[in-house]
Amino acid sequence: MLIYATRRILWLVPTLLAMALVTFLVMHATPGSPLDPIAEGANPLTPEAQRNLAARYGLDRPLWEQFAIFVGKAVQGDFGTSFVYRSRTVAEIIGEALPVSLMLGAMAMAVAVAGGLALGVVAAVHQNRTWDYVSVSVATAGVAVPNFVLAVFMIILFSLMVPLFPTGGWESPRAWVLPTLTLALGPLGIVARFTRAAVLDVIRSDFTLTARAKGLSEAPVIFKHVLKNALIPVVTVLGPMFAAIGTGSFFVESIFRVPGLGRFFVLSMTGRDYPMIMAVVLTYGAFLAVMNLAVDLVYGFLDPRIRY
Amino acid sequence: MVIALCVVAIFANVLAPYAYTKTNFGRLNEGPSRDYPLGTDQLGRDVLSRIIYGARISMLVGLGAQVIIVLLGVPIGALSGYLGGRTDLALTRIVDVMYAFPRLLFVILVMSMLGAGLANIFIAIGVTGWVGIARQTRAQVLALKEKEFADAARALGAGGGRVLARHIVPNALTPIVVAVTFGIPEAIFTEAALSFIGVGINPPTPSWGQMVGEGQQYLRSYWHLCVFPSIAIAVTMLSFTFLGDGVRDALDPKLQ
Repeated sequence: MLIYATRRILWLVPTLLAMALVTFLVMHATPGSPLDPIAEGANPLTPEAQRNLAARYGLDRPLWEQFAIFVGKAVQGDFGTSFVYRSRTVAEIIGEALPVSLMLGAMAMAVAVAGGLALGVVAAVHQNRTWDYVSVSVATAGVAVPNFVLAVFMIILFSLMVPLFPTGGWESPRAWVLPTLTLALGPLGIVARFTRAAVLDVIRSDFTLTARAKGLSEAPVIFKHVLKNALIPVVTVLGPMFAAIGTGSFFVESIFRVPGLGRFFVLSMTGRDYPMIMAVVLTYGAFLAVMNLAVDLVYGFLDPRIRY
Repeated sequence: MVIALCVVAIFANVLAPYAYTKTNFGRLNEGPSRDYPLGTDQLGRDVLSRIIYGARISMLVGLGAQVIIVLLGVPIGALSGYLGGRTDLALTRIVDVMYAFPRLLFVILVMSMLGAGLANIFIAIGVTGWVGIARQTRAQVLALKEKEFADAARALGAGGGRVLARHIVPNALTPIVVAVTFGIPEAIFTEAALSFIGVGINPPTPSWGQMVGEGQQYLRSYWHLCVFPSIAIAVTMLSFTFLGDGVRDALDPKLQ
């Protein structure tokens, strides 16, 4: 276990490096350079001035050296200055936006896990009856309908037709409700589907039969015996869930005008703000990689039958 | 439903009441009326016609991207599984790293490098999507290459390439077909998402995601701009997901 954990943690480093390399190459493969003298509307500087500028920003060095410098600075949390918000460094913007995103993500995650577990258990206990169909429909819709589409419906239903919540913003807890629900529904569907399958599996097992044979009533059987064992496979979907919530937050945050990382990402995409793009991609990538690792380790911890 | 969608996509030019670029500046942002069943957008274009043409883009991306994914993923996965050894190790490492990269993020990055456009969407989805199929094919080939029928084919003198292409891969098709059917709504979603944030399909070509993205700014005053394409996306995604479920249940009785 310890060896496995160490190896997995060490693997994080090359994965992150690969991510950084891909992002870096993509950025440099994009046509145009800040100092391209042939480009249309290029700066009318003399060649000497161009060379000076290139030297000033390190653009005259070979690509691998630029990459090494970038990685060196990124490790210290220095991602340079945003092209769009010139007065602020990328690190500052991320420092402000990340907590908002984390909070939104954590709330959505909580809703998704709690709701998904409830739906899944209800569906499995009432297999092939009305409640099962209702739960499965909700789960399927949650998985299939993109969350920016869902967001549109949410806004129309709950803030235009029935004005319960504001259409966007992040100032009051009331504004948190719609983005959280919208972001949660997709992962909720994933959890519900998995829980249903896992509970059905356990409900048919011999030890459930034994528990019933002892004369236990339905509630303790489901909660103490079935759910406990059904939870183990459900933990595996937590990894994909983090990814779903992470990428989902781009759309949810931009529609509901939540000042989080996802919204900045979309804005920096349309503004071609390369330092921002790279920093956000790496932040997301690192976060997801760490979360996936955590999920795998927790899984091994929860299920003593698993040996690495 | 899926068939209806395909028909709409193929005969878009016959079905649409107006050309998708035809503007009517006298009637901007109108709600549904007799002339314009689903209203007009901020340039006075017919929303219904744009949705019908948008179906074409969605279907094209959904199906076209799968072709690229299969053409890349199946041979790579099959080779990796069949040859084993160092080739396998190298390919699996690449697959693992790509798997760790959040998919949509990667697609957005590739799109920002290539620029918006239909062909680039194919490339972006294809280049990032083959990993899943390759993994599955590899697992299948690993299991099948030890089976008797593969040995029999080898005993009859068939070379490695022939055994792989004619005997093993056809037997590994079931999970690949299932994965491809589920890949269709995913690709449609990816296109819609890309167009929504403005790095997907170039205007004036209509795409549902782009319509939702533009309409979302005017949601309060002109709800119809956003709602109808949203419904189109939701219905399409749901029908293809059900199709996937159906295909899986039909081909793989073990999963029930």
